Amino acid sequence: MAKVIYILGNDISTDIIYPGRYMATVLPTETPQYAFADIPELNKTLKEKSATENFVIVAGDNFGCGSSREQAASCLKGHNLIIIAKNFARIFLQNAINLGLQVITSPNIEVNINDELEIKENEIVNLTTGKSFPIIPLPKTRQAIIDAGGLIPYTRKKMLEERKK
Amino acid sequence: MGMTIVEKILAKATGLNSVKSGDVVEPKVDIAMSHENAALVINQFNEVFKDTGFEPKVWDPDKIAIIFDHRVPAESSKTATNQKKIREFVLKNNITKFHDIRADEGGICHQILAEYGYIKPGSVVVGTDSHTTSHGAFGAFAFGIGATEMASVWTLGRVLNVEVPETIKVIVNGELKDFVSPKDIILYLIGKISAHGANFKVLEFHGDTVKKMPISGRLVLCNMSVEAGATSGIVPSDEETMKYLRETAKVEDEIIFIQPDTDAKYINTISIDADKLESQIACPHTVDNVKPIGEVQGVKINQIVIGSCTNGRLDDIEIAAKILKGNKIAKGVRMLVFPASWRIYKEAMKLGYLEILTGAGAVIMNPGCGCCLGVHQGALGDGEVALSTTNRNFKGRMGNPNAEVYLCSPAIAAFSAIKGEISKPF
Repeated sequence: MAKVIYILGNDISTDIIYPGRYMATVLPTETPQYAFADIPELNKTLKEKSATENFVIVAGDNFGCGSSREQAASCLKGHNLIIIAKNFARIFLQNAINLGLQVITSPNIEVNINDELEIKENEIVNLTTGKSFPIIPLPKTRQAIIDAGGLIPYTRKKMLEERKK
Repeated sequence: MGMTIVEKILAKATGLNSVKSGDVVEPKVDIAMSHENAALVINQFNEVFKDTGFEPKVWDPDKIAIIFDHRVPAESSKTATNQKKIREFVLKNNITKFHDIRADEGGICHQILAEYGYIKPGSVVVGTDSHTTSHGAFGAFAFGIGATEMASVWTLGRVLNVEVPETIKVIVNGELKDFVSPKDIILYLIGKISAHGANFKVLEFHGDTVKKMPISGRLVLCNMSVEAGATSGIVPSDEETMKYLRETAKVEDEIIFIQPDTDAKYINTISIDADKLESQIACPHTVDNVKPIGEVQGVKINQIVIGSCTNGRLDDIEIAAKILKGNKIAKGVRMLVFPASWRIYKEAMKLGYLEILTGAGAVIMNPGCGCCLGVHQGALGDGEVALSTTNRNFKGRMGNPNAEVYLCSPAIAAFSAIKGEISKPF
């Protein structure tokens, strides 16, 4: 079970997720404190969240548009968030997958704040409203990176295979 | 089945006769570019080799380019320490295409890649910067990636699991009116197809307007393709590409043009009539909130910015200087000019443009990204409005979520500077 803690609109840029003025901070252990720094109430909610809670942020079209800054994915990963959006911008989606941030594409998703969701393999069930919404699965090539535990272990495996040859 | 330019490039980079959209490939990389975020790439790169018994070693030190531009000179001790760490890495790994904070080699990463001839038609270019799409101006397939993806490229020399993107054909025909520029074409296109209208797709630019456009204009089209969500923008290489690479970038290697097949498959075709195009303004807070200037004129401005990887080139500074010659920037307005490279800075100085601009009251800043991304060199106050030739107007972009950024061409920035409000040419 996961709880919806915030609902965002369309075209949420990486400048909103992780403002440029914090870009000199790169360590995944340090980036989470600046997640949504310019939306103070959301930033505060995330800071107060306990590590075990499964929190979901739901957004519209084109979540993560703009800059390629990886901090936008690492800061959300650090809060152990699940991001559900109607669709994602390309570089953000790839960064999320590479780092193991859970991102789910669900074009028809309908939720209200505090709704409880059950995320299944092919659909999201809104336990509060009783409605279900299909999930668009990631391409197999992306799933291979997730299955390997992220792009670093995936690359390490490839590197070691090539060195053996 | 015929191939688009990007399909041809990806086929060659993977050693295949042909590829089609949707295929998954691992293309070899010709140039892997980073800026200050190389500090994060280095961390992730070391992580790849951790506990493997192998020393971290980049696949090819001649194919990695690192250019300091985002925060130059360093705005904080943290940035300075990151830059120091990168310099040490560059030295240790013999990385040859490194551009430090120096007036004899520096500038914005995308301008430096162009000026130094690092990109050729058919190159596969990745960069840890979303505006890497710029290099499609040379008929290269160029796209932005994250730092971990770059660590993977530094290790293996190729990008893993790339899906061959679909391509949208954009045809621009006709003569642009006076003071209407490539910036207005791309803003108009983004407004038309939306900020995610080209997500995961390539924009391939054709038509006689593009054919006649110098590299500087093609760079603008491809640079801002990412603002429509595009993986990349691309312009077919031709004599203009050759002229720039030979004369400006002093490239001596063989240059081979790559054209799309006549029966290439496009998912959509968009036509733009350049004759009819007016100056365009992207209004706060999304780049696709585009309006013809007539609907926005009169908006009062506090800060004008001319610069960035989009519009900080010599022709941009030239048109601003010509408009501002003999004029003054309106009282209460400040104008910041960031030449895109030191080469441009020095040419503009030699041609007298900087004297005209400073005479009008503009402040000439050192080449770099400057205030575009809101780190330093020109933050906005609460409730202030900026009119900028840069590429993004997201909330908070210029350092303050309580301010507004409008985007425009260099000519409109200059006319508006005189009036102190968004203004048509006069």
